[in-house]
Amino acid sequence: MPRLKNLALSTALAIAIVPTGALPGMAAKTTLTMGMVLEPPHLDPTAGAPAAIDEVVYANLFEGLTRIGSSGEVLPGLAESWDISEDGKTYTFKLRTGVKYHDGTDFEATDVKFSIDRAMAEDSVNAQKALFAGIDSVEVVDPATVKITLTTPAGNFLFNLGWGDAVIVAPESAEGNKANPVGTGPFKFAAWAKGASVDLVRNDDYWGDKVALEKATFRFISDPAAALSAMLAGDVDAFANFPAPETIPQLQSNPQFKVVIGSTEGETILSTNNTKKPFDDVRVRQAIAHAIDRKAIIDGAMFGLGTPIGTHFAPHHPAYVDLVGTYSFDLEKAKALMAEAGLKDGFKATIKLPPPSYARRGGEIVAAQLREIGIELEIIPVEWGTWVPEVLKNKDYDLTIVSHTEPLDIGIYGRDDYYFNYKSDDFKAIMNNLNVETDTEKRYSLMGDAQKRIAQDAVNGYLFQLAKAGVWNAKVNGLWENSPVQANDLTGVSWSD
Amino acid sequence: MTLFLARKLTWTLATLLVASVVIFLALEIVPGDPAQVMLGINATDETVAALRKSLGLDQPPLTRYLSWVTGMLQGDFGKSHTYSVPVVDLVAERIVVSLPLALIALFMSTIVALPVGLIAAARRGGAADTGIMAVTQLGIAIPNFWFGLVLSTIFAVWLQWLPSGGFPGWSAGVWASLKALMLPAVALALPQAAILARVTRSALLETLGEDYIRTARAKGLSRRAVLWKHALRNALIPVLTIMGLQFAYLLAGTIIIENVFYLPGLGRLVFQAISLRDLIVVESVVMMLVAVIIAINLAVDLAYLVVDPRLRANH
Repeated sequence: MPRLKNLALSTALAIAIVPTGALPGMAAKTTLTMGMVLEPPHLDPTAGAPAAIDEVVYANLFEGLTRIGSSGEVLPGLAESWDISEDGKTYTFKLRTGVKYHDGTDFEATDVKFSIDRAMAEDSVNAQKALFAGIDSVEVVDPATVKITLTTPAGNFLFNLGWGDAVIVAPESAEGNKANPVGTGPFKFAAWAKGASVDLVRNDDYWGDKVALEKATFRFISDPAAALSAMLAGDVDAFANFPAPETIPQLQSNPQFKVVIGSTEGETILSTNNTKKPFDDVRVRQAIAHAIDRKAIIDGAMFGLGTPIGTHFAPHHPAYVDLVGTYSFDLEKAKALMAEAGLKDGFKATIKLPPPSYARRGGEIVAAQLREIGIELEIIPVEWGTWVPEVLKNKDYDLTIVSHTEPLDIGIYGRDDYYFNYKSDDFKAIMNNLNVETDTEKRYSLMGDAQKRIAQDAVNGYLFQLAKAGVWNAKVNGLWENSPVQANDLTGVSWSD
Repeated sequence: MTLFLARKLTWTLATLLVASVVIFLALEIVPGDPAQVMLGINATDETVAALRKSLGLDQPPLTRYLSWVTGMLQGDFGKSHTYSVPVVDLVAERIVVSLPLALIALFMSTIVALPVGLIAAARRGGAADTGIMAVTQLGIAIPNFWFGLVLSTIFAVWLQWLPSGGFPGWSAGVWASLKALMLPAVALALPQAAILARVTRSALLETLGEDYIRTARAKGLSRRAVLWKHALRNALIPVLTIMGLQFAYLLAGTIIIENVFYLPGLGRLVFQAISLRDLIVVESVVMMLVAVIIAINLAVDLAYLVVDPRLRANH
């Protein structure tokens, strides 16, 4: 069926040579329709992991104390400014005043306490509860001041508060946010036609600069061919993450569209079960690392979109260390390492591949590459619903391919229960130092050490950083090139005439 | 007649009961935990446990089965785990797309298929028949998602007469909504029309070979009169059967076309619910579909009685 579909797609595309001309000139538009591949299951970013939730509501509808800017920097959000105590354990936030929720209630310090306490509570269903783990107490000093005390200094704290999972909600409306989100952002929720689209409208009572768009619609189109048709027909103005990379050249050659290849937080890796034989032998993992030709995978699976990585870190981050050369593509070395590990004749193993094309297409190429050094992989395609319990929970796997899309998530290598089954005291020591370090330069250097540690241990096969191909109408300005957080921040978007 | 209806009703209830057990067991066996899927790969075990508890998933399967079935008997189909809204509301939102789409597609396919099948049968072996058979063969062979893409390329991208997909909602106007359903309906109707035309033709040919047709011709009726009055009515039984099956398919089996035209229909609801392991939505919607299909079959059975007096006498 996939092959048949591709054939059909290329035939359909061959017909679609020239779309009709640009729209006739008119005053600058104030509405935007953004295409998204997946529909959010609900609209409460504090109660679910799916990126699609944040991609609708982050910065548009909900705001946190801090917010993450387009290049991953921490900016003031609902907190105007903050002081950090000498010991790095106490953060005093000065809040903005005159901020109202979309339902007309006032934003106050008690809401901050409510939101954070709620996320930390025992019955919390916050998908990123770990973000709040280091918080000892939240104290309301006065209506415009909040003091947060940590058990140990956490260098990442301000960044963590900028996640979608840490947005500030009101006690009056929190329970209803799944279906009727009430935030403080520059857009407010208007309608949700389930299965089709979510509409946001401008919040005219916004505390900050009013946004240029009067209305923003997120339309959910999962089929790549349908996404292309919708772009060409002008039914969708922008796709922050266009699902049909094979059609990018066609769109690039069309002056009506702007195509921007950006980076994401998605480290796409060949996750390896580090306690399962023979992957528990570092030489076998090193052999795999030497046998992987990243360029062939990026070209073959991603139509050339993606940056090779040698560790679990985003290349656009200032602390990134280029470790692609740690185990360069070298079949002789790989075979020698296999022989050293006593596996001269190779072995058989399985690779479980979740649905995204990076995994399914990439997995086939990885299987072909590993066959060169005698590793015969049985390919097992799985759904997410199966992948999560089998691979993530029960660690019942040899190899899998998955893109880890959470920002700055190298800390998962320090978690004993994580599905890599990687246990390194060295690494944990680095992370402990990083958690208490607040000086940026020193933090970056520690992040570098962490990257080198896991690269040398060849914990996983590090493949590439997932790229995102943004496609939008050439007259749309202000969309983000990269995705340092899961978001479609529309606050700076406008149309030229 | 009463006996017939009573028997039918008993069978219907038994079928529903068996279906409910099968559906529930199937989803119990399929691996995957809705709470874990919702919370993603970074969630801690205690968070997942908290969510499972709040969704009632920590109860034993038998308890959940019984509360589901008793709920349905009282008209309560449960609340979606992911959307946190009643399943009935979700279905209500989708049915206003799926039902009109199915009806339009069925209407299109029927008004094309019946005359075409009739002509082909009347001109058996002639040029028209050969041509129709070739075209219908093609109609069955063309995958409908591909046909949908071609339609969208021609009418949405080139001509810009119709939207490439999506559904504005009936509140945006009947015309806008009908326009949105036009291309998907044609894409769905083509293969159905092709199948229906072929069934009509072969059913007619079979009846035309019957003795009573020869008798009718022998008593001096024209070819045309025999075809319309005697053959068509008797050929309608297989045609009605196929139409019943097609309507059930058009209502629930249109996920591919819904994806191509990104329509918020029932098929997509079930598909999303399966991938998110929103078990209660899958269970309840599939149950509703089972009920609808049984109802359609019942309607088809009753239609047989209208068409064929002999069946009436038997009951």
